[in-house]
Formats: sequence, C-alpha cells, structure tokens
Amino acid sequence: MQTAVAISVDGLGFAAWLFLSSVGLTLIYGVMRILNIAHGGFYALGAYSSAWAIGLFVNSGGAVVYSFLLIPLAALLAGAIAGLLVERGILRYMYGRDEVLMVLVTYAIFLILEDATKLIWGTESYVAWQPAFHFGTINVMDIPYTVYKFIIMAVALAVGAALFLVLNKTRVGKLLLVVIEDREISGALGINVTLFFTVTFVVGAILGALGGAISAPEISVLPGIGAEIIVLSFAVIVIGGMGSIGGAMLGALIVGFARALSVHLYPPAELFSIYLVMAAVLAVKPYGLFALAESRKI
Amino acid sequence: MNIKMDRTETGLLLALPLLILIAFVLPKWVVNYVQVSLGTGLVALGVMIQMRAGLVSFGQGLYFCVGGYAAGMLAKFLGISDLFLLLAAGILAALIVAGIAGFLLRRYREIFFAMLTLAISMILFGLLSSTEELGSTDGFNLPSATYLGWAPEGETGRLTLYTFTALVVVVCAILLNRFLKSPVGYINEAIRENEVRVEYLGTSAHHAVHITYVLAAVVSSIGGVLWALALGHVDPEMTNWTTSGQFVFISILSGTGNIAAPLIGTFLLEILRVYAVEISPNTWQMILGSVMLLTILYLPKGLWSLLTTRKSTKPSDDSADKISVGD
Amino acid sequence: MAVLLETRNLERTFGAVYAAKDVNIKIEAGEVLGVIGSNGAGKTTFVNMVTGYLKPTAGEILYKGEEITGTPTRDITRLGICRSFQIPQLFPELPVIENMLIALTVAQQTRPVLFRPAINESLKEQAMELLRRFKIDHHAEQEIQTLAQGVRKLVDIAMATVANPDLLFLDEPTSGVSADEKMGFMKVLIDALKETRTAVLFIEHDMEIIERFSPRCVAFYEGTILADGPTEEVLENKEVREFVIGSEFHRSGNAASTAASVQEV
Repeated sequence: MQTAVAISVDGLGFAAWLFLSSVGLTLIYGVMRILNIAHGGFYALGAYSSAWAIGLFVNSGGAVVYSFLLIPLAALLAGAIAGLLVERGILRYMYGRDEVLMVLVTYAIFLILEDATKLIWGTESYVAWQPAFHFGTINVMDIPYTVYKFIIMAVALAVGAALFLVLNKTRVGKLLLVVIEDREISGALGINVTLFFTVTFVVGAILGALGGAISAPEISVLPGIGAEIIVLSFAVIVIGGMGSIGGAMLGALIVGFARALSVHLYPPAELFSIYLVMAAVLAVKPYGLFALAESRKI
Repeated sequence: MNIKMDRTETGLLLALPLLILIAFVLPKWVVNYVQVSLGTGLVALGVMIQMRAGLVSFGQGLYFCVGGYAAGMLAKFLGISDLFLLLAAGILAALIVAGIAGFLLRRYREIFFAMLTLAISMILFGLLSSTEELGSTDGFNLPSATYLGWAPEGETGRLTLYTFTALVVVVCAILLNRFLKSPVGYINEAIRENEVRVEYLGTSAHHAVHITYVLAAVVSSIGGVLWALALGHVDPEMTNWTTSGQFVFISILSGTGNIAAPLIGTFLLEILRVYAVEISPNTWQMILGSVMLLTILYLPKGLWSLLTTRKSTKPSDDSADKISVGD
Repeated sequence: MAVLLETRNLERTFGAVYAAKDVNIKIEAGEVLGVIGSNGAGKTTFVNMVTGYLKPTAGEILYKGEEITGTPTRDITRLGICRSFQIPQLFPELPVIENMLIALTVAQQTRPVLFRPAINESLKEQAMELLRRFKIDHHAEQEIQTLAQGVRKLVDIAMATVANPDLLFLDEPTSGVSADEKMGFMKVLIDALKETRTAVLFIEHDMEIIERFSPRCVAFYEGTILADGPTEEVLENKEVREFVIGSEFHRSGNAASTAASVQEV
C-alpha cells in the first residue's frame, strides 16, 4: 500500500516535471512543424539561470521566500532572450524547409547553446536547494514529500489549463488554429503568420526554460542536463502524439508512472523503462495516441 | 555512371597501401587518430547510406555499441580475442538486433524515424548503464586482438591491428559503394524522393528500407568492433544519442555524394577536435554547430559537392513547392 | 474480346460519405475508355481502389478472372495494372533520365540485388526509347522540378508504362496542360499507347477530348455510375447532361478546377 502511494505521488511528480519540460516542444511542433532539439538547450539555460540567481540571492542574505519569484523571472528572461535570438537570428531563414532538415538545424543550435551555457556558467555544478525545502515537507502515508513537489504539480496543471484556454477560448488561439490548419490561406486572410511563429517559438522557449528553472532546486545543475531532457521530452510528446497539448499531458503521465514504477519496483530498469514504453506505444500506435491527422497523398 | 564508380573504387584501392604505409612513417599519435576515425568513419558511412533513402538515424550509436560490446563480451566472458571471431560476433549481433528492430523502423520516415532510432539506442544506453556485470557507466576493457592463434605484442600488435582495420574499412567502403549503385541503392534514392511512386513501380519500399537499415547496422557494428579494439575499451557512451549526433554531423558535413567523404570527414574532424579542445575546450561544440548550420545553408549536398561539378541548374523555390503537394 | 478487369459492387466509404457505391465496370483488353464526372464523384477513388492504394469497404475486383481485391499496390503493378497521377508522382530532384532509369530498374528487379550495378547501356537505351516514344527525349537531362507541368505529366505517364502494363489508368492526363495544347498532347499520348496495345482508362473533364479519343465513356456521379456505353449515347443521356456535363460547363475556367482538384487529391 505504501509503495502504491509512493509510486502515485512520485509518478505525478515526474509527470508534472516532464509536462512542464516538454509542452513547449509539442507547442512549437504543432504550430511550426519544427521538432526542436534546441529545446534541451532552453531547458538547461532556464535551470542554470534560476540556480545561479537563487544562489546569488540567498547567499547575499535575501529571504528564501522571495527567491521563488526568481524562478519564473529567470525562465522568462532566459527563454525570451534565447528564443528570440534563435528564431530571429537563425530559424526564420529556414522556414518552409524539410522537417528532417529542421531537426538537423535545431541540433546544430542545441550544440551552440550547450557551449554558450558553459561559457556563461562554467562547467561546475550549481545547487540551489533552498526553495525546495522552504515550505518543509508533508507526510503521505509516512513518506515525507517536499511541499515544493506539489507546487510543481500545481504549476504544471496551471500551465496546461492556461494553454488550453488560450488555444481554445481566445481570439488569438482561434487565429493560431487557422495558422496551424493552413499557413498560406491564413497569410492570404491577413493573419501575420511571421509574428505568430515568433511568438509561438518564444513562448515555447520560455516554457522549456521554465521546466529547467522550476526543477533547478531539486537537482544539481550541471552540463549534460539539456541532452538528457531532450530525449525524455521526445518520449513524452511522441507517445501522446506530436503537436497535441493533451497528448503531452498523457505522455508525461505515462512516462512519469513508468519511471516511478521502475524506481520503486525494479530500480535498474529506471533509465530504459521510459524508452521501452515509447517504443512499445509506437509499435502499436505509429504516430502516437493523439496524432494530428495526416492528409491524403495522391 | 560506371566510370565514376570505378574511380571511387580504384581510389580506395590505391589509398589502401598508402593508408598502411603512413603507420610506419607518421608519428604514433597521428596513426592512432587515423585508426580511431576509421572505426567511427564506418558508423558515419552507416548513417550516410540511410540518408540516401532520406532517413536520418539519430541512433546509429546503437550498432556502434552493439559491435563493441559483442566483441567485448566475447573476450570478457569466453576469453576469445581472435579478430575474425570478434568481427563475426559484432556482425551477428547487429544482424539480430537490426533484423528485429527493422520490422518496426521500416514503417517510419522523416522525424519519426529519427526519434525512434534515438529511442531504441537509448534503451540500450539505459540497459548498459545499469548493468553492473558490464561495468555500468564505466564500461570495461578489451584484451589485445589475436589473429588465428597468432598473438603479436607491442609495436607489432599495434601495426597489425592497424593494418587489418584499414583493410576491413576499405573492403566495407568498396562494398557500400557498390550498394549505392545497385538496384536497392537506386530504390533508396527513389524512396527519398517519392515513396508512393516506388510502390506503384512494383516494389516494396519497406523491404528496401529494412535491407538498408540492416546493412547500415552491420557496417556500424564492424566500426564498433574495430574502434573498441583500437581503444581497448567500451562504455555506454557509445550508444548515447550525443554520440549518434556526431555521426549525423559528419554525414551532413561530407554529404551523401561519395563513399570516401565520411571517412575523410571523420578523420579531419578528429584532428580538428584535438586542437580545438586544446585551445578552447568550451567552444568545440559551438564550432561544430556553427559549421553544421553553414553547411546546411550554403552547401546542402555537403563539402564533397565542392569537388564535383554539377551540370543541372538550381530550381526555383516556387516549382519545388508545387511538387511537394504530392509527396 | 476478353474481359481484362471487372469490378463487382465496389464500395468505399469515408466516414458516412460514399466515395464509391455499387461500381460495376468491365474493361476489355486493348480498349480505350474515358471517365467523366465532377470533382468528388469518385473517379480517383475508383482508380485508387483498383490499384490497391485504397481498400474497398465492399465488393470485388477481378483481373484476368482472378480476384485481386485488397492486393498491395506493388503486386498489382506486377500483375500489369499501372497508373499515372493527377499530380505527377516523380522524383523531383533528379533528371528525367534518372527518373526513367530508376523506374526501369525497379520494374525489372525481381529480388533485392545489393552489390551489382543497376545501370547499364541497354537500360539507358530502353529509357531513351521510352522518352522518344512520348516525344520528351530532349528533356532527358533536365531535373523534374525545372519542367513545365505538361512535360511532367508525360514523364509521369511514360513512367507508368515501364512495366508494359496491360491496363493503364490515366488520372486527368490533360489537367495543367494549356487549352490549346490539350489535343496535341492527347494525340501523342494515345498514339504512343496504341503501339503497345494497352487498355487505357482516362479521367477527363474536357468533353471534346472524350468525344475525340474514347469510343466508350463512363459517367460518375456521387460515387455511383450514372451511365456507361458508347460515348455519343452517354453524352446525350439526360441525367449525364444535367448532373455531369452541366456542372462541368459551369466550372469557371482553369483556376477553379485546379484549386478543386488539389482538394480532391
């Protein structure tokens, strides 16, 4: 029983973190048809800037409670700056190119971001644990969990709900759906497609950075976290069906629980259980569980 | 077409004695880099022949690793160090893994193929990283190779392994060159351009992709065995996606025009890396990324295209768009 | 004459919509027939089903007396049924000659050949011969994506004949060909195909072309066959005049028809 509860809470915790880290990836793919490997770079930038800012703030005597504000702030700044630079500086020259080519382009950008991160923050690891323990812990069936874990879950839900509302209930969201449906016609209708792309990319980048920023207090931030998160995010968005927000949520839950299950029942399987689940889902449902409809070919 | 093919093959055959000769002339560290890049170059070749079919494998490290570990495990658990048996083990392991995985992968194209190859290679990464019998993330060491009972040591051993490596790589490259000009190789180009038409011409695109995938796997695993023997060590990093990314990088850089290009590209990159890491360790990936972007933008067919003249004119974007309605 | 192809009560639904319903057609060896019908009438769906690209939801397809319903496209091609496409399905980045060489290589390959060269002089000669037959040999070295639509159409059709089919479907061969070139285009085409005594079914919107080139005509309307018989009779048929030709007549020029046909594709 205790194990079952532990698996549930851990599974939800992993899922929340995975959803936050992957939703930007699926958003960008859905709108722009770019599978953005550089997303891992945004995640790392978010994590570094948040860990660095929190460390600086707390060590100089700031009250920990205010350091929470630094997390979204760091994500916003890191994501917006990096996202804008990448989109305006590189990607806009590549629109309309083959999807696979765009993967290679974003892979190249990922490599550049990796080193940019190292140049800014060096190669040593950053730890900013203070916010994670500030609100103490809650015991669930005698297992202590940090309140912070539940905050992440709440943020994940809030982000999911906000995206859903913006996409489905607002004018901007409806226009965006038109852009997704047909880029050329929406251009003819007078919709500023370029602006939509830029905004989508920057929002996606900020979300990626938020994923990193919010998890920074729980992990030690060191080189390589970007490469790690990108494969996890792939699994998440592929399982759900690329380009679908709801799919990302489902994918995050599946991957989160797969990981929690193996952590508690068979720890050696932790690393590969995720990819095994991904391969298994794809073997049955080739384009994910909520795939976007493919158009007829001939 | 035939003349061009012969030229590549004669070139490779002529390069072989030269390649072996440099082992006796050039400093030891350069020869080591040549040997290592011959191994990884084969994996890049594996990526490249799939690219001909429009398929980008972001998980070719899988077979690099399968080859290395198959050879390593044969040595570790059965005490076998014969080069030919180790190569056979690597090939067999790749045949089995790729034969099975191919049934799944041949159904996918484009980014789905890229992601699924990545996922499968990461399964092995996770598996090896948590297997203590195989040294977990540290991997384990391999003994020196023997040759049908002959066990050369020291300098002789080094030169023998190098010679065999060069020989095997050249043979593989010639075979792959033939493959690219063969009917299946041709079908791959057709698959890249228009798969619907391929089916309507009366052949199975799935079969061609499966065959190509297995062939690429075998070549990569041979590369893995040779690389592992050269370094005397294997570890799970071989199948990490970042390793696979480097193979993709080499294929993009050298293009799919000529079979020798990835081999040369691998070596140049290896040398460049040595200096770059020496001078500025934290900008190496930045250089790689920038070079890759520039290549994609200005030399979409790779650096090799600089060496060949093209007679056909570049199409306007407009006409390309019209065609893409049907693909 | 021997019946080459026969469909019995062929049916295909997309959700609640019938793209084909009770389609019964017999095609005899060597005959030429034209198919008319407005966009969405089920013409391309019919071709897609017979060539194995779409599975019918009900009904049977018989070819030379044997049932071939549900057979994969590649096997149907091997049996001798080929097609061309409304939007040419070619290898756009390669020259015309390479396109034909690939097509011939594939058509002549019976099992995977891995390490022997695909191209030889005789294959090149065959490819050039095909291009000459369709009068496009002077385009041999040009990349597909640099060619005009009409030439692409001919390459597409030439490619459909590499396996010497007994039955050839041409899906709107003259769409995208300018109005004053259509007649000449069709003449080149039908002459080339008569040489090989291939049975030809072509989908066409231009009634003049139908009258001139096909002795027999089949009219589709909302997935069903409205009329089938000698062309003059079918074109005089009251329902055909009202539902098919009437709607064709109202189509406002080429722009609208191209837009609509892209939708159908």
